[in-house]
Amino acid sequence: MGFVSRAFKGRPRDQPRDARVPPGQYLVRDFPVLSAGPTPHTPLAEWSFSIDGEVDAEKHWTWEELRALPSETVTRDIHCVTKWSKLDTIWEGVSVDTLLEGVETAADYVMAVCDGGYTTNLPLEDLTGGKAWIAHAFDGQPLESQHGGPARLLVPHLYFWKSAKWIRGLRLMNDDSPGFWETYGYHMYGDPWLEQRYSGD
Amino acid sequence: MAGTALQRRLTWRVAEVVDLGDETPRVRSLVLSVPGWPGHLAGQHVDVRLTADDGYQAERSYSIASAPAAGERLTLTVERLADGEVSPYLAGELRAGDKLELRGPIGGYFVWDIAIGGPLLLVAGGSGICPLMAMLRLRQAAGSDIPTRLLYSSRSLEEVIYRNELDRLVATGTALDVRLTLTRDQPERWAGYHRRIDTDMLTEVAWAPNERPLTFVCGPTPLVESVAESLVNLGHEPTRIKTERFGPTGG
Repeated sequence: MGFVSRAFKGRPRDQPRDARVPPGQYLVRDFPVLSAGPTPHTPLAEWSFSIDGEVDAEKHWTWEELRALPSETVTRDIHCVTKWSKLDTIWEGVSVDTLLEGVETAADYVMAVCDGGYTTNLPLEDLTGGKAWIAHAFDGQPLESQHGGPARLLVPHLYFWKSAKWIRGLRLMNDDSPGFWETYGYHMYGDPWLEQRYSGD
Repeated sequence: MAGTALQRRLTWRVAEVVDLGDETPRVRSLVLSVPGWPGHLAGQHVDVRLTADDGYQAERSYSIASAPAAGERLTLTVERLADGEVSPYLAGELRAGDKLELRGPIGGYFVWDIAIGGPLLLVAGGSGICPLMAMLRLRQAAGSDIPTRLLYSSRSLEEVIYRNELDRLVATGTALDVRLTLTRDQPERWAGYHRRIDTDMLTEVAWAPNERPLTFVCGPTPLVESVAESLVNLGHEPTRIKTERFGPTGG
């Protein structure tokens, strides 16, 4: 250990709890809000969800069609790059596996595209195999707009900016390409356990 | 939304505290000397990392309050949170000569430069003034007359961060208007606003939507959400409203 901050003690250590908190993170009980601009409010009647890009045939759902798909309830820990983590958050959503059923693609990457122009990039394999959902409820209630409602991507094993709010589609890509925050120097992948916050981490 | 891709690796640097000053009873500014600091844009932030003698570490983000081009000097302004882990150390324990690990600059969206122009609308709540102050300091240092309005919400006059400096900027600057709203306590004969920022207040203070101001909003989430929503409802372009939050979980 090199650097020590004179007289810094920090909060009391708690081993079992700390084992669930990635390096550099601290726990919160509330649910902080972060976004780069105003919260969009797309009426559900105008809302749709698409899978497009490098696919043989695009797929589209209206809000009602998406909600008619089977949903799963999952309990996960979430980790924001701004350092807060929140344990045991309860979400309800449609598995991305369900949405990708029957989609023929050779793509390896995905750009999540959202209302308000937000985008974020992920490897396709991080969205499949029961690792990602299009979430429409949090804590048993419809997802509030400031937390990304009506629906957001939920990819809890990556930093939470990858769990794009106000999601409207997944665009499959053959090559990786930076999304919104990634263009501003945030990490292309964002594994919280490897503390991949910024480009080069 | 094109940005300048930041491909440089952000390494931890050891900064030295060269000066400290109380801005309000709960808010302290730290002037740091950061050898090798690559420079920053107004609105960017740094990550600060504290390390205890048993190796335990805590990290938090703080906005840079100083204007760019101040060489290797950086100013951070820190609000001491009652149950915080890092802020009581930075704004209480830290003394001149102490060392601090930080890395940055971070963030490239909530930033302003003279070349970006205006008119500029800045809306702050509490310590949300910090990144906006970097913009005001840059504007002043450059002798800019870009029309600029700041609407700043505080609980009381005592809690207005940078109060004297804001007065000075208005007195010596050009085309700068600063409006305060004091939501909890007001001095006797207070002629300014004394309520939370609302649509009526924004109608009075903000530029008309057809003047296409560039707006930066920074403060607690309820303020940011409500101000951004009001501005959109008043007809401002959503893509010209940039937001940043300072929640109570800043630690």
